[in-house]
Amino acid sequence: MIKVESVSKSFNGKPAVDSISFQANDREILVLLGTSGCGKTTTLKMINRLVEADSGNILINGENIRNRNVEALRMGIGFVMQHSGLFPHYTVQQNIAIVPELLRWEKKVTKSRTKELLHKLHLSEDVLTRFPGELSGGQQQRVGIARALIANTPVLLMDEPFGALDNITKADIHAEFKSLEELKNKTIILVTHDVQEAFELGHRICLMNKGKIIQTGTPKDMLYHPESQFVSDFFAENRLLLEYKTAALKDVSPFMKAEDRYEGFDFNETTSVWNALQKLSADHEDTTHYENLIRSFNDYRKLQIL
Amino acid sequence: MTQQSFWQFIMEQHEKLLTQIVQHLGLTFLSLLLAIVIGVPLGIFIARKRKLSTPVLGLAGVLQTIPSIALLGFMIPAFGIGPKPAIIALLIYALLPVIRNTYTGITEVSPAVVEAAKALGMNKRQLLFRVELPLAMPVIIAGIRTAAVINVGVATLASFVAAGGLGEFIFGGISLNNTNMILAGAIPAALLAIVLDQAIAVLQKSGYKLFQKLKYIIPAIVVGVGVVYGLTSVSDEKIKAGFTPEFMGRQDGDLGLRSVYGLHVNPVVVSDAIMYKAAYERELDLISGYSTDGRIKAFNLYVLNDDKKIFPPYYAAPVIKTKTLEKFPELERTLNLLAGKFNDSIMTDLNYQADYLHHTPEKIAKDFLIKNKLYRKPNKGNAGAVRIGSKIFGEQYILAEMYRMLIEGYTQYQVQTKTGLGGTKICFDALMNDAIDFYPEYTGTGLLVLLKPSAEDLRKVTQSSEKTYRFVDSEFQKQYGIQWLKPLGFNNSYALMMRKKQAQELGIKGISDLKKYFDSN
Repeated sequence: MIKVESVSKSFNGKPAVDSISFQANDREILVLLGTSGCGKTTTLKMINRLVEADSGNILINGENIRNRNVEALRMGIGFVMQHSGLFPHYTVQQNIAIVPELLRWEKKVTKSRTKELLHKLHLSEDVLTRFPGELSGGQQQRVGIARALIANTPVLLMDEPFGALDNITKADIHAEFKSLEELKNKTIILVTHDVQEAFELGHRICLMNKGKIIQTGTPKDMLYHPESQFVSDFFAENRLLLEYKTAALKDVSPFMKAEDRYEGFDFNETTSVWNALQKLSADHEDTTHYENLIRSFNDYRKLQIL
Repeated sequence: MTQQSFWQFIMEQHEKLLTQIVQHLGLTFLSLLLAIVIGVPLGIFIARKRKLSTPVLGLAGVLQTIPSIALLGFMIPAFGIGPKPAIIALLIYALLPVIRNTYTGITEVSPAVVEAAKALGMNKRQLLFRVELPLAMPVIIAGIRTAAVINVGVATLASFVAAGGLGEFIFGGISLNNTNMILAGAIPAALLAIVLDQAIAVLQKSGYKLFQKLKYIIPAIVVGVGVVYGLTSVSDEKIKAGFTPEFMGRQDGDLGLRSVYGLHVNPVVVSDAIMYKAAYERELDLISGYSTDGRIKAFNLYVLNDDKKIFPPYYAAPVIKTKTLEKFPELERTLNLLAGKFNDSIMTDLNYQADYLHHTPEKIAKDFLIKNKLYRKPNKGNAGAVRIGSKIFGEQYILAEMYRMLIEGYTQYQVQTKTGLGGTKICFDALMNDAIDFYPEYTGTGLLVLLKPSAEDLRKVTQSSEKTYRFVDSEFQKQYGIQWLKPLGFNNSYALMMRKKQAQELGIKGISDLKKYFDSN
């Protein structure tokens, strides 16, 4: 659990982060969302002390990070950066093994753990001997994630981790990311300016603007219970898409008839309405299912907006 | 005497050549190693404290601009002669590229990578050694490459301070008018520069994998060369001898010492500009000098008696093309005003005034001319310019000044002086190619260095100074269209000299005594 208590930071007298507080719970992905320059990255970097806070406290599992040796603190926190931040002079294998080496792990342990992660991140073992410059952007980002995960730290900080990827690669990695078991028992704070990414990955979202937190809540809260005009304006452009994405089949099932349970499809109750509609729209034979689903979603939506 | 081919020369001298190459490499590598040991940490330091980067780089830049000979000159009082001053001078030249490239290399490491390293939990040391230095390495190596090439070039000057290297052949060849010798020094020096440059370029381009091994390879090379160099340059002579490159190759020089006296003193090669001072400061014990040099008196040196007469006395006289005498009809008469006005002690005294009392050649020349009632105010004429050359030692500067004043006072010609030409070959080639009109030369040098007569002729003409003079004059007219004007009156010859005190202590009066001393030790 990470607790941020009225933390501030200014650069050259200009406040970048202005007395913000939030909490990221265990097994939670908390997204810091906002436009460029809103202070989200500064906030993230204060957690592993790449940036030292001017005032306020940050506690990880109840311990103030100021009281900890800075290198030990950082080794206990996984960190993923936008441009992977891989060392260009290290092979992939050496890059992944940086923290284990700092921690003086046995080589054998490092090796088997590396292989395990490669497998989970859908990377072939051939990449191990290559240098980062020889990999695609998506591969580099996966290696960056593997490097952050290898020491199995309870906390993971991610700074625009998928920001440099094209949309198709990004969608693939998002899917993998969500299904990755490794991440399920961690506290993750993810910084992004991408609204769809925030909704897709975040359990909760902190919407930031000008160094302050405007609203913290679940994706549904953000859509259906905005606390200010700023919040609803912020999501206005993607609103419909986001609504389809945040609604799961289990949310709309009370509004469905018994015959519309789609046994024949590869859906489960956490599948988003958006994904289900995508699949159903692909085939003309499923048109009735498609229309029924839209109808039940509309009923569900009416109730939310009220 | 038939001209020796370049390859013959190389074959004959290959041992010497090899030693010189090793010395050359040794000087280059040792200075380079020191430059790396000092420059890289300094570069890292100023990359951390950016405010200091401007003064530090500025200072290194200023050091870089000091002319190399001058820098070597500064080194002698502090470090004596031999490899030490040479290595330090080379180190100073190598410093700027190493510091600057280290600084640039480290400041240009991507901030994202540095941040990643910190975020992973590296401390400052780990960040430096695992990330910043390896990533800056191509740039640092480029700096080392520049420094290496500079140093191979500058190391040729190391022979001025008796540090050996290929400069011995280059400057010896220039002094002895021996093109093969010059090439035997210059070609390997150029090849060394190219090979070193390319070898380092390969390192630079070979990618990151090799850099990880580089930390073993580079020290291995450097230590290896250092050891070989150390082994070749160890010398434990009781009497340390230092001879000029010219003396080394002349019959009335080291060759004569070996063949006539059987004296093998194992000398270092040193420039005559610093040789006397080095003897005075006990860096050297035995040197080759000129019998009229003012520094003999200035530094209280003792001229060893040449009991087997290998250093015949020679006249000094201006050499000039007949063609030039025709072009400047008044010139011969004017130059001959000085003929016979000197004797050995007068010349020695004039040299003493320059070398010890530090009077300018101009003042000495004027005083002398006034005393001999030869001085006249300059006519400020404009009837064409006469160009006077001189070699790079005091006596020649003084004579050149006297000739200037005489020509300006007695004729309407203008005068240009081109003093300080770096050796017999340069002076003579300048004369042949009409870059200068005349310069004072010595009959012995004309005979042994320029004419190179057969052994029989040599024996015949060296019986007396007069005979030598007549022979070189007629041969020069025949071969080059150059005349020797009337001799100035003093005799100059080579001489071996020691500190007076040491010679007395060891009971050495003549060269044969020295030979006995060497044999008994």
